[in-house]
Amino acid sequence: MTDVTSDVVAIIAKKVRVENHPKIELTDRLEALGLESLDAVEMIFDLEEKFDIEIPYNANTNNPRTEFDTVGDVVKSIQKLVDKKS
Amino acid sequence: MNDVNRVVVTGLGTITPLGHTVAAYWANLKQGVSGLGPITLAATSEELNQKVAAEVKDFDPLKYFEERELSTLDRVSQFAVVAAREAIAQAAISFDMPLSLRTATIIGTGVGGQNTLDESFRRVYLEKRTRVFPLTIPKLMANAPASQISMHCGLRGPAFAVASACASATHAIGLAFHMVRSGQIDCAVAGGTEACITFGTLRGWEAMRVMAPDACRPFSKDRKGLILGEGAAALVLEPLDRARARGAEILGEIAGFGMSADAADLTAPDLGGMTRAMEGALADGKLEVQDIQYINAHGTGTAANDVAETLALHRVFGEHAGKLAVSSTKSMIGHALGAAGALELVATLLAMRDAIVPPTIGYLGPDPACDLDYVPNEARALAIDAALSNSFAFGGLNAVLAVKKFS
Repeated sequence: MTDVTSDVVAIIAKKVRVENHPKIELTDRLEALGLESLDAVEMIFDLEEKFDIEIPYNANTNNPRTEFDTVGDVVKSIQKLVDKKS
Repeated sequence: MNDVNRVVVTGLGTITPLGHTVAAYWANLKQGVSGLGPITLAATSEELNQKVAAEVKDFDPLKYFEERELSTLDRVSQFAVVAAREAIAQAAISFDMPLSLRTATIIGTGVGGQNTLDESFRRVYLEKRTRVFPLTIPKLMANAPASQISMHCGLRGPAFAVASACASATHAIGLAFHMVRSGQIDCAVAGGTEACITFGTLRGWEAMRVMAPDACRPFSKDRKGLILGEGAAALVLEPLDRARARGAEILGEIAGFGMSADAADLTAPDLGGMTRAMEGALADGKLEVQDIQYINAHGTGTAANDVAETLALHRVFGEHAGKLAVSSTKSMIGHALGAAGALELVATLLAMRDAIVPPTIGYLGPDPACDLDYVPNEARALAIDAALSNSFAFGGLNAVLAVKKFS
């Protein structure tokens, strides 16, 4: 795993019920992990803080469960924002 | 029910993004005017991502207060006192003894003296000053608006603040209504106030990711969230027999009050909680669903609230839901949090008095999940015998008032 991947996975892992998902895989679907809307807002905050990036997100119009199918999709999107920064 | 147990409204006062008096507020609501605009109050607004709010414009506190008084009054208390004075003037009531002792002051606020708090934090943390203004604490305390009204207007009965976020004012008015109805007090000045458009508060709202960038479009397709507002509204409540005896003009009757807690999610709306609050208000007012023609909705313009509120209206009203006029005045005045319920109850009472429903502006077209009549974009003539005003707060706290046309 790259640094971004392991950091993103760790941040997502904080928001899901660990007992159901002892290990998060990149192929895991966000919907299956049971992320609620407040979880998503907190997760996005953690990602922004961790990588010093801005993620455009409005809870009324964005739905992370439909925009990002899997954990791997989130990693890819964060990687892009991080690359853009450097 | 005899006259002693009926509670009527004899005075209204407001300060709003649509004007500084009830007359200006109501004239603009009826015309569907938007009170939203660029943020000017937050000193460092150029750094904010959020650019739009519903501010009370051109408010000059020196028009209402002596300069020496202002060191004791946060903007949130200034609004409260201005609204209360207007309501008391309209009621043409004088709080001499012993009425003063039997008059309550119950004022909702979501967050209290945010301007004072922000200013104080700026000095301490940013400017590294060692001193803050001497009256910082009594200016920012949540009960300051209630205390200031009691002091400025000479009201010596029960006085306190009610805090339930976006439902604060509705809880305050509801409690005042029950206290008057039970005979515990003879009169109440009740309402809500908020002045939360500060840099720090806006940052907090930005972090919630629920604000619309441009406009508040309740129940509409493509709605993008809420817009923060500010202002205050106050009402004078008294028993019908007292109001009659002194020949007061009666503006409407408070009929019922319902409250509930979701005991579920911190921010997500809950169908059950909303339903129980509306049913509680109807039952308390001995009203049937068919008696209601108008709902002043909580209608924040968020994706979640508007769907849940629509479903709750279906659940409470059944087939009658399709016949209701439902509008959200937040489309014009934004969401004034702890003041919202009072501003909206004033709109509801005036809609009933003048038989005109204020519109939901900014409505772009139907959302399939919001299938009621939201009075889109233009006011509508409608005879209203009874109406509900809904408030549903973060924290899952719900409050609903039922009002009746006085006859």
